[in-house]
Amino acid sequence: MPIVAAKHLCKTYQVGDIAVPAVRGVDFTIEPASFVSFVGPSGSGKSTLLNMIGCLDPPSDGSLEVAGQDVTSLSRKDSAIFRGDKIGFIFQDFNLIPVLTVYENIEYPLIMVQNWPAAKRRKQVEKMLEAVGMEDQANKFPSQISGGQKQRVAVARALVTNPVLVLADEPTANLDRDTANRIITLMKKMRDEFSTTFIFSTHDPKVVKSAEIIFNLEDGMLLSEKIN
Amino acid sequence: MFNILKIAIRNLRRYKRRTFLTSILITLGVVSVLLFVSVAGSFKAMMIGQITDSMMGHLQIHRKGYMASMDSLPLNRNLRGKQISLVKNILEENDQIEAYSMRLKLGAMFSNFSETTNIRLTAVNPEQELRTAPMLQDRLLKGDKKGLLNKGEILVPELIARGMNIKIGDTVVLVATNKDGSVNGQSFVVRGILEGISGPGGRDGYIHLADARSLLRIQGKEISEVAIRLKDMDALETVFSSLKQRLAVFKTKKGKPVYEIHTWAKLSPFAKIASMIDLMTLFIKVMLVAIVLISIMNVMIMSVYERINEIGTIAAIGTRPGKIMALFLTEGLLLGIFGTLIGVILSLVAVAAMNVSGISFDFGRQKGLLLSPTIGTGDIFLVVIIVIAIAVLGSLQPAWKAARMDPITALRHV
Repeated sequence: MPIVAAKHLCKTYQVGDIAVPAVRGVDFTIEPASFVSFVGPSGSGKSTLLNMIGCLDPPSDGSLEVAGQDVTSLSRKDSAIFRGDKIGFIFQDFNLIPVLTVYENIEYPLIMVQNWPAAKRRKQVEKMLEAVGMEDQANKFPSQISGGQKQRVAVARALVTNPVLVLADEPTANLDRDTANRIITLMKKMRDEFSTTFIFSTHDPKVVKSAEIIFNLEDGMLLSEKIN
Repeated sequence: MFNILKIAIRNLRRYKRRTFLTSILITLGVVSVLLFVSVAGSFKAMMIGQITDSMMGHLQIHRKGYMASMDSLPLNRNLRGKQISLVKNILEENDQIEAYSMRLKLGAMFSNFSETTNIRLTAVNPEQELRTAPMLQDRLLKGDKKGLLNKGEILVPELIARGMNIKIGDTVVLVATNKDGSVNGQSFVVRGILEGISGPGGRDGYIHLADARSLLRIQGKEISEVAIRLKDMDALETVFSSLKQRLAVFKTKKGKPVYEIHTWAKLSPFAKIASMIDLMTLFIKVMLVAIVLISIMNVMIMSVYERINEIGTIAAIGTRPGKIMALFLTEGLLLGIFGTLIGVILSLVAVAAMNVSGISFDFGRQKGLLLSPTIGTGDIFLVVIIVIAIAVLGSLQPAWKAARMDPITALRHV
């Protein structure tokens, strides 16, 4: 069963009296444990597509199933619960919580979203810290670490709840080339280790190369699907 | 919940200056209210104490209709024989009553053999009176305070003494008309000069009850009023209701009540000043509510506005709206608790300092009254509850806004 299945997926934004289509009838499926990239120029609909898969934005038309669940008409609360259970997020700007340490940022979804018991939580956070190579930075605050390290923490935070799917919107856009490569390598390693599906968007051709499946988007339409 | 608390504390620490300034504002509000409540309360309690303990007692019982014509000191509306015994029995049975004093009030001509004037007199049993109005002795400006007075002695009000140049030991004559219209005179020795205070009876002279009876040629027992002192002033309303109920059963042959009972507040004009103090206290509390509401709302709105991106992040990773709301409400709650705690501590210190320094004031003709402010636990509890409740209320709208925020819009916010 595919982890993501979209049929005639559409998203239209209403700007005043004008309807602006962002995604126009896209069809695709993504299998579990894939390493997928949505590629395209700005305004091609990459982020909108990721937002719909991540249950942050409901589709205007079409159907969308994520992890076997029809997510087209989830309520606000149910969307939050679904995201907390099934999906991890990695953001372009890292979006770590500044008042929490590295350890606490990774721990945050286990406390505030999934309510894990303390002992199990500690074990899981330590495992993630080790996986992303941040054990020695655990007590530092986001302001005390580099951009690459922040994104490592973000990767760990996205994976800590054992999601079936991780969505990363331009995860390397704010990183230098070397760091970006290391983050992509790390994400791939995590995919191998935890069998989690990674879907990321990018317009960086060198980052695109590392994806196993590449969906090419333009003007909200899927132009091609390429398997590397 | 502990984790929400931990994150809320860290968020407040993140914006140290804003947290500090908001807390200071709340603290100032709490200090203002508690100090006003304690000082005004102390002033009120002192003045009520002056009035009740040196003159009126806490409650007074009269024959029905006496109060309406009290200014003319009517002798035909006195309580007599059995009526007095019934009241005595009821008062003796009530264990919340500390003492009571049977008084006879009369008007007379006061003469020092060269000048004559009108005088209002309260005739008392000195022992009863001192137990009922223990501060009456303190109003004696001149003369021996011990035992208040004996038969044949008179306490002359200050104004008359000064106007007629009356001195301790002088002999004076009182001439009074009894209820039958016959006039009688009797000489008295001036035992003391009594300070006048505001309120009914505050400028009366005092004579012994036995002397009043002989002056008015009263046969048997007859009194104008019974002044009552309670063990605990806080039980005033309870005792008042209970006595009123007990006295209400006694009716005249025409079916009308025999007695009337009043609290000090009904008898003294100072009750209106006391009500004004209560009103001002209420007004100050409303001001506190406004201060807390505005400051907390302001800081929480700013807090939400500055953390829109962060709210988007925690919402995106699956934090439920309820938890986001709880986080911001907790921040508001903590601000309220922190400001209130400091405010209460500062107020207690300020009150202690005022008591140590001994602040005195003048009230009317009474000089050098020493203020002894106290803060009751009830007042502290009330202020704490008000501030914390308002802090949460003030955070409600910003917290609601944060919880309802669209994650995508929030994540795009720069």
